Amino acid sequence: MRRIYPYLLLIPTFVIIVLFIYYPAGSALRLSLFKTSPFGNKTIYVGLRNFQQLMEDPDYLYAVRFTLIYVAVSVSITIFLAFIIAYMLTRGVPGTRLYRTFLFAPYAVSPAIAGTLWTFLLNPVVGHVNYFFMQVFGIQVHWLTSKPYAFYALIFATVWKMLPFDMIFYIASIQDVSLDIIEASTLDGASTMTRVWRIIFPLVSPITFYLVIMNMVTTMFSSFAIVDVMTSGGPGGYTTNMIYKLYLDAFTFQKRGPAAAESMIMFAIMLVVTIIYFRFAERKVHYQ
Amino acid sequence: MTRSTKKLLNTILIEIVLITISFIFIMPIILAITMSLQPPEGVFSFPPKFFPSSFHWKNYVDAFNTVPFGRLILNSLLIATMITAGKIFTGTLAGYAFANFKFRGRNFAFSFLFATLFLPAETIMILPLFNLMNKFGWVNTYWAMTIPFMASATNTFLFRQHFMTIPSSLEDSARIDGAGPMTYFVKILLPLSKAIIGGATIINFVYAWNMYLWPLIITMEDNMKTVQIGVRMLISAESANNWGIIMAGTMIAVLPTLLLFFTLQDLFVRSLVRSGIKE
Repeated sequence: MRRIYPYLLLIPTFVIIVLFIYYPAGSALRLSLFKTSPFGNKTIYVGLRNFQQLMEDPDYLYAVRFTLIYVAVSVSITIFLAFIIAYMLTRGVPGTRLYRTFLFAPYAVSPAIAGTLWTFLLNPVVGHVNYFFMQVFGIQVHWLTSKPYAFYALIFATVWKMLPFDMIFYIASIQDVSLDIIEASTLDGASTMTRVWRIIFPLVSPITFYLVIMNMVTTMFSSFAIVDVMTSGGPGGYTTNMIYKLYLDAFTFQKRGPAAAESMIMFAIMLVVTIIYFRFAERKVHYQ
Repeated sequence: MTRSTKKLLNTILIEIVLITISFIFIMPIILAITMSLQPPEGVFSFPPKFFPSSFHWKNYVDAFNTVPFGRLILNSLLIATMITAGKIFTGTLAGYAFANFKFRGRNFAFSFLFATLFLPAETIMILPLFNLMNKFGWVNTYWAMTIPFMASATNTFLFRQHFMTIPSSLEDSARIDGAGPMTYFVKILLPLSKAIIGGATIINFVYAWNMYLWPLIITMEDNMKTVQIGVRMLISAESANNWGIIMAGTMIAVLPTLLLFFTLQDLFVRSLVRSGIKE
């Protein structure tokens, strides 16, 4: 009896992941090799033609490029700021608890709401942030409908939303860095800057690595809500990233074959990221 | 400069930076609250007003009248509760299997589950998942919005890690007392895991409450949608005109998770770090 127990315990989890993750993944692969006629009544095997067409589609290539830039910019800004702020939050200055509460708050806010809030703040008529920019830099812009400001607007919302997650992890890992090491470096006369960037930052590199991966996933996928609420991929496709393009092709334009091919490409990217993650994680980026 | 003055200066500098940054961070939420209480004439005043001239609660009433928020809140609550309950149920069972049993194929099962971490089905595989729901006749139902998300690798790992910290002598003595595996699980293991279950509950709840892309495509009728989509509906309905009403709707959508977060912040943060760091 005891021997079959573990299998029984695993049934609920495995039924769900097979049915709702692995099976769809398999049918995406199959679907990506077929073309469906406009009325959906006939499918023809086309081999890799869907992929080939994507590679020749300037809109798709643009979406890939935009995704790369968007991910790179928002992830680097977030990691940099999160580390600095987390460091300051672990110095034990008075009021830290209150600051933490304020700084963590966006974690509980959904990407869609983050997008809504920033749409409001950047609104040319009623938005406070827009007003601030006007007063300080003298620029009056339609943030969400003009290039390149729509991109900046997405970055504001993304960084604001993502930062608390990173901060929470950095705080935990900076607190784990042995106090002795910090003490020793202080006695050696290392300046604050050296201490932070040469000693603490390398010591928390495993967590940085983990956060970079997690943030890449977030910006590639959860960014859908932010893009949809703020710009709907516009102006003129300017902020259409890969996930938004996938959504448009699959559900607005009903291009099922190409959409499935796009799924497979995103899946391949995830796979590569995963493999890189485990390669590095095994080699232990960290110190011990 | 002596070391103590240097330290004091450092502290003051950090204080200033932290005050500024936390102010900037909380600002969007505070401005949303004040805007949600602005009467129409306050909304369009230029320069934008910080405090509402009078508390205009009618924005909230109007938000409810424009979009069926009452129904949407019920939907979101129901969906988030079902997903959370499902994940805790499947996760504790599977975690128990991995932590307390040796069985053939364990490593394979573990890797098979682990791989799903990097396969966010509700985003990458939306099209085939949608087709599958279509086949099941589940489009525009609560089933489609809940059942596919009722198991996850993260929850399983979280519980597995926790169960592994519980001394096996407890299990041995329970067995000597004649308790079967399920009795041990329900009577001993689960009660010892209250804190971690609590943490997982709020994290899963917030995750489910905040879902966007999947509810957007799988629901057809307004009364099946969730509050996240409701805010989007409100923006289109108001054609981005009366921001007082839009922000009132936004507050309705964000208040539950925000309150949960403010009251249970420590539990939240601790559980997030525990569930996020993979071995």
